[in-house]
Amino acid sequence: MSPTLAIMRRELRSYFVTSLAWVFLVIFLVLAGLLTFYAGDFYERGLADLQPFFAVHPWLYLILVPAVSMRMWPEEARDGTQELLLTLPVTLRQAMLGKFLAAWLFLGLALALTFPLWITVNYLGSPDNGVILAGYLGSWLMAGAFVSIGACLSTLTRSQVVAFILTALVCVLLILAGQPQVLDFFQGTLPRRLVNGVAHLSMLRHFEAISRGVLDLRDLIYFLLTILAWLAGGVLILELKRTR
Amino acid sequence: MIETDQLTRRYGSLTAVDGLTIRAEPGQVLGLLGPNGAGKTTAMRLIAGFLAPTSGTARVCGHDVVREPLAARRALGYLPEGAPSYGEMTVREFLVFIGRMRGLAPEVGRQRFDQVVSRLQLEDVLEQCIDTLSKGLRRRVGLAQAILHDPPVLMLDEPTDGLDPNQKHAVRQLIDAMARERTILISTHLLEEVHALCNRVVIIARGRLLADATPAELEARSRYHGAVSFSAPGSGLSQEMLGRLPQVTAIEVDPLDGRVTVFPRPGERILEPVENLLRQQGLEVSEIQLERGRLDEVFRQITLGDGAEGRA
Repeated sequence: MSPTLAIMRRELRSYFVTSLAWVFLVIFLVLAGLLTFYAGDFYERGLADLQPFFAVHPWLYLILVPAVSMRMWPEEARDGTQELLLTLPVTLRQAMLGKFLAAWLFLGLALALTFPLWITVNYLGSPDNGVILAGYLGSWLMAGAFVSIGACLSTLTRSQVVAFILTALVCVLLILAGQPQVLDFFQGTLPRRLVNGVAHLSMLRHFEAISRGVLDLRDLIYFLLTILAWLAGGVLILELKRTR
Repeated sequence: MIETDQLTRRYGSLTAVDGLTIRAEPGQVLGLLGPNGAGKTTAMRLIAGFLAPTSGTARVCGHDVVREPLAARRALGYLPEGAPSYGEMTVREFLVFIGRMRGLAPEVGRQRFDQVVSRLQLEDVLEQCIDTLSKGLRRRVGLAQAILHDPPVLMLDEPTDGLDPNQKHAVRQLIDAMARERTILISTHLLEEVHALCNRVVIIARGRLLADATPAELEARSRYHGAVSFSAPGSGLSQEMLGRLPQVTAIEVDPLDGRVTVFPRPGERILEPVENLLRQQGLEVSEIQLERGRLDEVFRQITLGDGAEGRA
């Protein structure tokens, strides 16, 4: 078994052994359900789709993903296991990827466990299941982007609280980047090109495009690049810490 | 084989390891000795590849730890300071994880697992969480992890720190048993450990190498080396007589138990003359001993000295 897979399995197992996984799953499923029905007007809209469900995901992830990613490196640093892990025959890239994949798969599992909603909407009406599938894909990609941000920022600190706050902060900036209020604010001060650039950085815009069922290659690439860039950043920080 | 050449590591303005050149060969147990904060742990972290050197090189079995880190780490079994492990895992899970990380094939892994578990007597705690284990057991799990892949080079950072005397003895026996074909580097600040385990000693302080010698050579540097000590109740008279022996430089009497220590002139043997003299005087000597030298004294002398003093 490759070291990446070994690390991924170990991390996943530790989520479930240290009640983190169960607490997360319960909170995620309860909140996703509640927000969809109460804040998202699931019934009142009279449409057989899961738009209200997906619309709350960025905000759910904003709180819950940093809670998963914050322990990634700080815990290893605190317990001294980082020294054990990084003196095994494994590259920093493999170690980072293993930890990232564990968190991403776990979030995928949480997402998959929302299937009763999908059954409900199919029972109530006849939704476009392709669009719903795209919505799930978009949501999972966004979760991956958030995890990669958390993975990177958690290398910076030995404190899980600091890791949580930094990650949530960056994520909220990336969510808000495309909102009209934010763009209006920049409209007067920045050149149009830059404003467009900021708008393109917006996680929400790409996520909404995918969850409308429009699978544009550019949106997929946006998420994959985001993930890779943050993971690479994390590896770079670990590398610097080794030589610093 | 472990070789370092002018290995140096700085943290800002602090030089933790300063031009360290050491060499440990197969069959050798090299003790890295030094006061707390001398740079022992940093030196080991450099060799293990957890930290990158500021300058200089380190090689494990000929593999440069910076240029071929994976090959170097494959040849190395490393017990970091404090024997860290994943507390929420059971001993079995942890060792299986290490086996996977080491890329051991399942059959080989199972075989090595069984060997290591029986060697370190972990059979009874295999299904227990590491968090719930005593310090001694945790240390043994750490050792098991380090030797799981049967590495040619072992590096153990304070392997017996915090263990009770029985556990220390067991760990030392284990290291001794593994020493024959392997290269072993252990760090310690316990001098008894040097006697018990090492066939070569490197003393460092403030990151610099101050001595590289066998334990016997170090003992020979002690002023107690070749001294004769004895207990003789009411030996007031003999002191004067002893002082007249041509081979003797000094005599000390322990104010607490009245034990007399006679120091020889350099290169002289004084056991026989002292014994003869005592017999002539007709003194009752309850016990007499030829001193090998005191490592703690040499250690203090080397590490507290000006540091410029000779490299052996």
